[in-house]
Amino acid sequence: MPKPKISVRNLYKIFGNNISEALKLLGEGLSKDEVFAKTGHVVGVNKVSFDVMAGEIYVLMGLSGSGKSTLIRLINRLVEPSSGSINIDGEDIAALPQCDLVKWRRKRVAMVFQSFALMPHRNVLDNAAFGLEMAGTPRKAREDRAMEVLRQVGLQTYAAKYPSQLSGGMQQRVGLARALAVDPDILLMDEAFSALDPLKRVEMQSLMLDLQREQQRTVLFVSHDLEEALRIGTRIAIMEGGNLVQEGTAHQIITQPANDYVRRFFEGVDTSRYLTAADLLDPGLNGHSYNGGPRLPSHTTLPEAMKIVLGMDQPVGVFDATDRLLGCISARSLLVKMSQEARHV
Amino acid sequence: MSDLLSQVTEASHDVLPLGRWVNAGVKHLLDNGATVFDSIGVVVEKFAQWVEMGMLALPFWLVILVAAAVGVRRLGWKFGVFVALALTLIVVTGFWLQTMVTLALTLSATLISLFFGIPLGIWCARNNRVNAAIRPMLDFMQTMPAFVYLIPAAMLFGLGRVPGIIATVIFAMPPVVRLTSLGIRQVSSEQVEAGNAFGCTATQLLFKVQLPIAMPTIMAGVNQTIMMALSMVIIASMVGAGGLGNDVLASIQRLDIGLGFESGLAVVLLAIILDRLTESFGAARKSSES
Repeated sequence: MPKPKISVRNLYKIFGNNISEALKLLGEGLSKDEVFAKTGHVVGVNKVSFDVMAGEIYVLMGLSGSGKSTLIRLINRLVEPSSGSINIDGEDIAALPQCDLVKWRRKRVAMVFQSFALMPHRNVLDNAAFGLEMAGTPRKAREDRAMEVLRQVGLQTYAAKYPSQLSGGMQQRVGLARALAVDPDILLMDEAFSALDPLKRVEMQSLMLDLQREQQRTVLFVSHDLEEALRIGTRIAIMEGGNLVQEGTAHQIITQPANDYVRRFFEGVDTSRYLTAADLLDPGLNGHSYNGGPRLPSHTTLPEAMKIVLGMDQPVGVFDATDRLLGCISARSLLVKMSQEARHV
Repeated sequence: MSDLLSQVTEASHDVLPLGRWVNAGVKHLLDNGATVFDSIGVVVEKFAQWVEMGMLALPFWLVILVAAAVGVRRLGWKFGVFVALALTLIVVTGFWLQTMVTLALTLSATLISLFFGIPLGIWCARNNRVNAAIRPMLDFMQTMPAFVYLIPAAMLFGLGRVPGIIATVIFAMPPVVRLTSLGIRQVSSEQVEAGNAFGCTATQLLFKVQLPIAMPTIMAGVNQTIMMALSMVIIASMVGAGGLGNDVLASIQRLDIGLGFESGLAVVLLAIILDRLTESFGAARKSSES
């Protein structure tokens, strides 16, 4: 089992001036609302623990007010944790003194913001070089590096322009370049593509996935858009009212949603393409119904399974990686499953 | 009835003798703080002298040439022509020297105002308590009739340039304090977070993020401070600050409407040139950002 890159344990964020009081009440098992009623303190993040593996894109999902933006800011301490630990490469970031924190931020972690947060008085090149400049990198070296990352995001010809002269999508490319320029191990992205129009958003997601294929950074990505989460997330964590309610791969979240809150995210989203043959088994058929017809590996996607199953009048067998028969799919079970999924849409 | 009224007004004059307290306060300062005020006076006098000597050392044609060139560059050839014509008009009406003295006074007062006003504005932006304490003081400084400052200023610093400049600084400083504070507060929270996220120290955050982003607003404050300083240094002629104000004052005393018009016109032309030029430094930045 490889060691996680980021390991968060029992992290709390409480807004107010008597944090220990609120922590004590939470420890006694009171809910967030009860604590608010008693002390007037808002619990932003409530005892959250999770691990992120190196090279993973870990998506934090939730509605507004669920604490996801607070949680991502706790990781680089733009928001100070009230309690708990944030272990990154064996170092507890939550306990880092201010001067070490500044050094750590300059070298290891970078952030991309929803509103881009570019510096209007700096041109694109100087914006991309911002982090390096703060760290004291000499002009020539930082400009070369900034040019290199601008090339990666396709903006090399815009280096001398100012942010106000660029479209939203281009501005966020600059935001991404600024983050990549410091060559961070960890990339924090707070609703990074939410302010863009749908076409630009998909374009940026693809750029992100392309870059990730080349460079394998550990990415923490906040989003409220399930399709985005499903598309780019290695794993997805769902937050509700400061709590982390479910964590898993896209497939796990879709096939075993923890509660109605999680299920609500599926509304209007076509989740059927994340189903595999293993999810489509006909409950009315068992192993004995399989009479040597076509075989499907269990990870076959729904569209592929459809092509084969609908052409057959006999049940199709589904086999796992060890060639064990899991069950059968019939045209009937396919239709039932699809009509269930269609209800979300 | 009218007897009663006069009794009340007379009485109310005595109920709260605010004016007498202020007199006593200023007298106390005079008696006990003479060394402090004398040394402030020496510093201000030296500085103002230095600025004025610099202005007067420049030949008039060079000033006109440079001002017109800056005008063309910042606002186009039309404004450049206007600057050249306006300044030439001041020369041919014989008010050049006084205009330069007034400009030097304005510049001295403005520089002192910025020297104290910008740090004060930064402090206000960072500390809500300081802000709450300073705001009413700024309101007071700005709305108190300008003449009133001249009395204590003259008492504490004698007659001449120094009380004029001190009174001008008090009157002209509020806008730059206010707008520096406003500009910094208007920097979006995500921009501040971006600065922190990329490893800014507190000093870097101020000089690389907050002040540059606030600069158009701060420049609007500088513009207002310059305009208020110009209007005040004219009034300051009443305590012998010199410059165009002297001519304006003389024209009132002698009821010389011609002199009043000429010197007044010089003030107006100087004001327009200063206003447009300093405004262009703030506005040019804004337009490249929006």
